[in-house]
Amino acid sequence: MGKMIGESIKRVEDHRFITGTGEYTDDIVLPRMTHAYILRSHLAHAKIKSVDTTAAKSADGVVAVFTGEDVAHINGIPTGWQVNFTDGEVMREPKHPLLVKDKALHVGDGVAIVIAESKEQARDAADLIEVDYEELSVVVDASKALEAGAPMVHDELPDNRAFDWQLGDKVAADTGMAKAHHVTKMRIRNQRMIANAIEPRSYIGDYSKARDKYTLYTSSQNPHVIRLLMCAFVLGIPEHKTRVVSKDVGGGFGSKIFHYAEEALVTWASQQIARPVKWTAERSEAFVTDAHGRDHNTIAEMGFDKDGNITALRVHTDANLGAYLSTFAPAIPTYLYGTLLQGQYVTPAIHVTVNGVFTHTTPVDAYRGAGRPEATYLLERLIDTAAAEMGMDPAELRMKNFIPAFDGVEQPGYQTQVALQYDSGDYEATMRKALDVLGYNDLRKEQEEARKQGRYIGIGFSSYIEACGIAPSAVVGSLGARAGLYESANVRVQPTGKVSVHTGSHSHGQGHDTTFAQVAADHLGIALEDIEIIHGDTEQVPFGMGTYGSRSLAVGGSAIVKALDKVKEKGAKVAAHLLEASEQDLEYIDGKWTVKGTDKSIGFGEVALASYVPHNFPEGLEPGIEFNSFYDPANFTYPFGTYIAVVEVDAETGTTEIKRFVAVDDVGNVVNPMIVDGQVHGGLAQGIGQALLEGAVYDESGQLTTGTYLDYAMPRADDLPSFEVDRNVTPCPHNPLGVKGCGEAGAIGSTPAIVNAVVDALRPLGIKDLEMPLTPQKVWAAIHNANA
Amino acid sequence: MKVSMTVNGVAVSHDVEPRTLLVQFLRENLGLTGTHVGCDTSSCGACTLILNGEAVKSCSLLAAQCEGAEVTTIEGLAASDGTLHPIQEGFREKHGLQCGYCTPGMIMSSVQLLQRNPNPSDQEIRHALEGNFCRCTGYDNIVKAVQWAASQS
Ligand code: FES
Ligand code: FES
Repeated sequence: MGKMIGESIKRVEDHRFITGTGEYTDDIVLPRMTHAYILRSHLAHAKIKSVDTTAAKSADGVVAVFTGEDVAHINGIPTGWQVNFTDGEVMREPKHPLLVKDKALHVGDGVAIVIAESKEQARDAADLIEVDYEELSVVVDASKALEAGAPMVHDELPDNRAFDWQLGDKVAADTGMAKAHHVTKMRIRNQRMIANAIEPRSYIGDYSKARDKYTLYTSSQNPHVIRLLMCAFVLGIPEHKTRVVSKDVGGGFGSKIFHYAEEALVTWASQQIARPVKWTAERSEAFVTDAHGRDHNTIAEMGFDKDGNITALRVHTDANLGAYLSTFAPAIPTYLYGTLLQGQYVTPAIHVTVNGVFTHTTPVDAYRGAGRPEATYLLERLIDTAAAEMGMDPAELRMKNFIPAFDGVEQPGYQTQVALQYDSGDYEATMRKALDVLGYNDLRKEQEEARKQGRYIGIGFSSYIEACGIAPSAVVGSLGARAGLYESANVRVQPTGKVSVHTGSHSHGQGHDTTFAQVAADHLGIALEDIEIIHGDTEQVPFGMGTYGSRSLAVGGSAIVKALDKVKEKGAKVAAHLLEASEQDLEYIDGKWTVKGTDKSIGFGEVALASYVPHNFPEGLEPGIEFNSFYDPANFTYPFGTYIAVVEVDAETGTTEIKRFVAVDDVGNVVNPMIVDGQVHGGLAQGIGQALLEGAVYDESGQLTTGTYLDYAMPRADDLPSFEVDRNVTPCPHNPLGVKGCGEAGAIGSTPAIVNAVVDALRPLGIKDLEMPLTPQKVWAAIHNANA
Repeated sequence: MKVSMTVNGVAVSHDVEPRTLLVQFLRENLGLTGTHVGCDTSSCGACTLILNGEAVKSCSLLAAQCEGAEVTTIEGLAASDGTLHPIQEGFREKHGLQCGYCTPGMIMSSVQLLQRNPNPSDQEIRHALEGNFCRCTGYDNIVKAVQWAASQS
């Protein structure tokens, strides 16, 4: 081991992408394929009095039109996680129909699907459908939806709640707060975000009558999960006769985890018309139908003793879930949020309460980081604000409260107040490294100087921790997950010694074709070129839970390692037989079994061939070498780090310029540093986007006023700096690769660093808090008001 | 209506509806799916290609407007023997792509950038690529990819 792991190998998948030969779902053309267009409600809440499809049905090129009535007998889209009320009442799960029949509950709710020979014909025909709506009153804000007399989203649910939830020790937190010498209390809004993968969602349903088989091509992060949900819970079609294929996928960031109505619709419709049906979202449609992220209204308070030690944390959050429960929605503001409120700190008492609330908006679910950014944001805003209020240095206040280093081997894992047990960590080390890279002390002096000249420079910190490598099945099962969160792998050694690795993880930009091949190459001691990574097809891969929650390498990679171990174990038996030696006398080095202390050896390729041409083979041993494995992690993994942003705010215009961004992460062992850096960069960009630019805004009538790229400001190249990325390594003690995961870190840690920096810059003006995104208008207004 | 143009050096001609966009013509009529669609407001740049020597967003042009034009798409950028264009190499060398969806458009915009400014600074590259969204990379490695390509000549 050790030749490939740790190297920045150039990605093997890149060739197809840089030559325009990737295979995204919308690129696929099937014989006799039809095209679907979905007519959607333009109102956020409306009774549907009638739908007249007569004209549409006879329009040019139209093959079929289906409405909510036609699919009313089909089950709704299910939810994969159950969070019950604190008083024991079962979570409320109103039906999420494939198309609505009686009532539209958010802008973008599907009303009818038109299938035609071309997409244009389908769209033209949809224009001819007459829908008679009766507009009803609307609520878009989670806290307002809880008020007495608020408009009801689901008729049967008067208080608009799906569940309420709590975690931690209320009495201890109240006591800790009561004895605090200083309390910092903040109202924190974590605004609604839209993932906006650049590839819009795209699906093709293809029913084969000849074989009575369904195929769904989908831009999904987890094809097996989609197959299971769609077959077993929605359409009631046989899982073994359904193939779900997810080839190249153009980014996900969470938004392509979930099972969407359109997947089931095209699959069902294809069976109805006995032709393939393709649907690809237009961007404006993606804005109102891709599940959104975040959207928390929070009140949080942190107590400190007179030396600055944290005594307690209390948090209450109203989490907006949108109109229906999306696949993972209940887990995000609960088990992926409340459980992270320990942060990196020795907070002795924590209590959090959450309301999960329905509103007339697009469903909300996981978006890069999913719950952990919300937790980190409030912790890091609180501690920064507290430092200012108590006149302490924000870096020092953090370090004073950090959990001491522990490796999870010699020292045990750290048991938090909020259910999790951290695996290993050295929080002070990443902070110190970040301070070093930044040159903190000099920068503070520079800031002082600048202030004298009327320039507003700010330094903002964020020390984050996250739980990834999702997740030990028994643990998540006890917390309400309706699935296990292991991963599977299959390693097939071919007769020529080439190796096919099938993984249940899914790459939509993460580079698994390369990273996983590096792992396999090292374990087998064979060339990278002799390994092929296969994913994204339920007919090729035994099973899979997919890619999200920074789980691919920690869980999927570990499954591969387990299967590789089995390969080597069997290979050793074959080698021993062929070398006429005992297995114990063999060692496996550089792709060869050698009899220790001799020059007698046999290569991996020869053993592979002998296994498929078993003329001279150990008695009783089956021919062939192929192994499956399922890996269920022992714990979550807990990457962490400290980020520091340096900004300058132009007080005249309110514009924020990021002068530097230092990110020091500890994601455990690293297989491909180039890819890890890239993941961190991408996360930083999204987190910075949330801090400064992005935010989904609904008006009072439930219209998404940020429904195009002209209104929803995603970071462009000149909005961002060049990042200064560095790393420490504290290996994960409980998986074979010692890895923790790096996909979400950047998005979790960067947001508070930026906001803290801007507030730090403007503190001399009396500004203590700002609500994201920190657009120039907002910052300018705050400066203006502060001066007034 | 009939539309004829030269795409990646090959003369092509198809009957299309007048409202057919250039990007649709390429993807649907010619099967050249390397040019991607990421939006409906000409904002994302995923559909960028070279039309008569200029980088353009092919979602904002009708195929009919391109009658007689010379078009180069991502599929036509490498030499006929398969040798990659330095920008294509640069994106791989510097990990300038993750999911690859924005990549063809990014590469085509970068080609034009280097034609106009063979030695761009960090800021010049960021400015020139303003019309192209990437949601994956945070742009840092894209800037490095372009600089790498610039350093090759
Ligand atoms: S598809 Fe977005 S600019 Fe052309
Ligand atoms: S690489 Fe995915 S959008 Fe740029």
